[in-house]
Amino acid sequence: MKYLDEFSNPELAQKLLEQIDAATTGRWAIMEVCGGQTHSIIRHGIDQLLPDGIELIHGPGCPVCVTPLELIDKALEIAARPGVIFCSFGDMLRVPGSTDDLFRIKSAGGDVRVVYSPLDALNLARDNPDREVVFFGIGFETTAPANAMTVYQAQRLGVRNFSLLVSHVLVPPAVAAIMESPTCRVQAFLAAGHVCSVMGTAEYPPLAEKYSVPIVVTGFEPLDILEGIRRTVLQLEQGRHEPENAYPRAVRDEGNPAAMAMLRDVFDVTDRTWRGIGMIPGSGWRLSERYREFDAEARFDVGGINTAESEICRSGEVLQGLIKPHECAAFGKECTPRNPLGATMVSSEGACAAYYLYRRLELQEAGAHA
Amino acid sequence: MCLAVPGRVLALSEKDGTTMAEVDFGGVRKDVCCQYVPDVRTGDYVMVHVGFAIQMLDEESALRTLEEFEHLGVLEEEFGDQFALAAQQAGVEAPAAAAGNGTRGAGR
Repeated sequence: MKYLDEFSNPELAQKLLEQIDAATTGRWAIMEVCGGQTHSIIRHGIDQLLPDGIELIHGPGCPVCVTPLELIDKALEIAARPGVIFCSFGDMLRVPGSTDDLFRIKSAGGDVRVVYSPLDALNLARDNPDREVVFFGIGFETTAPANAMTVYQAQRLGVRNFSLLVSHVLVPPAVAAIMESPTCRVQAFLAAGHVCSVMGTAEYPPLAEKYSVPIVVTGFEPLDILEGIRRTVLQLEQGRHEPENAYPRAVRDEGNPAAMAMLRDVFDVTDRTWRGIGMIPGSGWRLSERYREFDAEARFDVGGINTAESEICRSGEVLQGLIKPHECAAFGKECTPRNPLGATMVSSEGACAAYYLYRRLELQEAGAHA
Repeated sequence: MCLAVPGRVLALSEKDGTTMAEVDFGGVRKDVCCQYVPDVRTGDYVMVHVGFAIQMLDEESALRTLEEFEHLGVLEEEFGDQFALAAQQAGVEAPAAAAGNGTRGAGR
């Protein structure tokens, strides 16, 4: 219980843990889909505070980690070109491509900029009409409305020197792919709260029904995660498998209708390859026909990409919840945040980075005593 | 990257045909697009992700979450200098300062 006093409300945390403990009789494997939740869990030792019967399996919900290597290499190639201003969220800077990353492209003189909002990139395009401004539009359903609005505005305002390199991914098809996998051990899901703030909860009843799994919409703060786990365990113990909203203060069942209407206009569903996992049917969004002129992949002819993934990195298995980060032989040795072999080691939502940041010393001690 | 941070709307304005707001996140102020929360009024709390309000929030939960995020250092991660953070992680100097290194406001 060494972490409990770090909770903002230790008494409430204690109460939730007692209720989880009292309810748990079986052995249950619960996947938290979102990498932000993974970080919160590892940082606060939530997995270690839970009863022995409950295992948390870390899911693939780290957008920069699953962005396909080929697209990262394309981004790096475009970012290095003269005349281009390449804009990205900060999370992407150190994600390894085949031979480079955006941070090093910047250090070598490429005009790489970090923006807070994609609208900042559009404003850069308006301020620099003689330059091509490219925004790296990645992320789950939470981020997609921002990128959609930016492309919509680019078209409305006639900003032709702006384009989007798109790699949006979707949570529900990933949940289905995880359940379809022959190696799947997952018995319940904590669904990503802010994805549902946008999309609502309507996509989950058919999944809960088809795969007989509880799906509990959960927030990001440590107490939110404990509450999500508590509700999930109650369902599992009672043999129920229902969608449930444990984060109602930020998630309405109908989601955000205005954002969803914009998403339907700007994007089409497409098959998407997830780095380390493979192709998942219907698991991404691409620009719809109407906005295709803003697609950076079409605008920049980037040929001759030969991708080369690290031969020893096991981030794909980490992303699928098949192994824990420290079960990879390279963890903390060849692979560290300073010299990452996989994206999961640098992203603020990557499971390897979470274990390295918060568990490294503990794991080394356990190794020394083994 | 799927984190949304609660903030309080200080002022609303119209820019390029969209509703923009100046939003306060526990002392950090940003321009935020409010086009997806059409009912928003000055003084309301909104959940903001990459410069876009994606949902309204009641004051009590917003303040509690903000306090929690400040306690956890989330606000620094969200609004800090990303090149400096990346340089620290890489164990190298940050690239020479250039326009856009920081977190420029979304408005114009």
